[in-house]
Amino acid sequence: MGLALGTAALVLMMLLSVLALPHLKRLLGLAHRRLSERIRIRRLGPVDEYDPGRELRAEQRARALLRSCVNEEEWGMYRELGFLRVRGTLEAREYAYLVYPHKPILAYVPSTNDILGEYCIEFPDRTRPYGSTRLPDSDDVLAKWMALTADERALIEQANLHLAGRQIRVAKARRDLLRLACWERERGAASLPRPARAEGLARGSSLPGDGLRLARN
Amino acid sequence: MKLLRVKPGHGEVVLAEGDVAVPEQYSELLETFSRELDAGMWAAVPTSTRSGRREAELVRSFEDVPTDAERVIFFPRAAGGR
Repeated sequence: MGLALGTAALVLMMLLSVLALPHLKRLLGLAHRRLSERIRIRRLGPVDEYDPGRELRAEQRARALLRSCVNEEEWGMYRELGFLRVRGTLEAREYAYLVYPHKPILAYVPSTNDILGEYCIEFPDRTRPYGSTRLPDSDDVLAKWMALTADERALIEQANLHLAGRQIRVAKARRDLLRLACWERERGAASLPRPARAEGLARGSSLPGDGLRLARN
Repeated sequence: MKLLRVKPGHGEVVLAEGDVAVPEQYSELLETFSRELDAGMWAAVPTSTRSGRREAELVRSFEDVPTDAERVIFFPRAAGGR
């Protein structure tokens, strides 16, 4: 009786250990990664300490670079409203993006102000030159702007799509769209000039899929 | 031509600068370009259309960089965020 119970217990323990093995491996791997990361961060030394002056200088440089890349209207929009608008070119129908620093890219329909969704995208610098992967705000906007204007489809496919309101409140998005409309009225700017690529699409070609959300599949 | 890289806590950094028509400078530019791409960076050349619209062009090799480009900007590769 005792032998049978002992054997059963042994078998049970072996089964449990086999079942728990992958979990244990994962936990060990995670612990190892965290430990290595801590050691690496410690080795980087005092330069990692947050320095508001350094961050401010970095942001000033980033703003100068962004200003040199976008046109006057876009720069004015970013300076006064805090975001950039980039027109979408994947479909014939009109849609655009609002590009905020370190927030998702917001897709919307300019004619109705309907918000289509949030594209969550980051540009983490794994080299962490000052202990952080986070680019200055204006460099983050510049990276999004360059990627969107150069290869919108690739960026959108890379991003995680979420419903509107997940990170940027719908009320805030609507308010920003109103601010944008007012800003354009005050400047007397033509609303959303169509880029050449979009004009080509609108004239004849059609894309597979129906709607912006399908564009990423 | 200037090769710039945007960096956390710093803004842009000039990685290399030179004239592509000068062989020594060309090799330095090419080497820097390849190193950044190997490090996982994306490279973009800001351009402007005739209508004044500004946009960027992603380049995947040094040969793709327009010869008259004034600068190439390297930035970290995009990753899906939360």
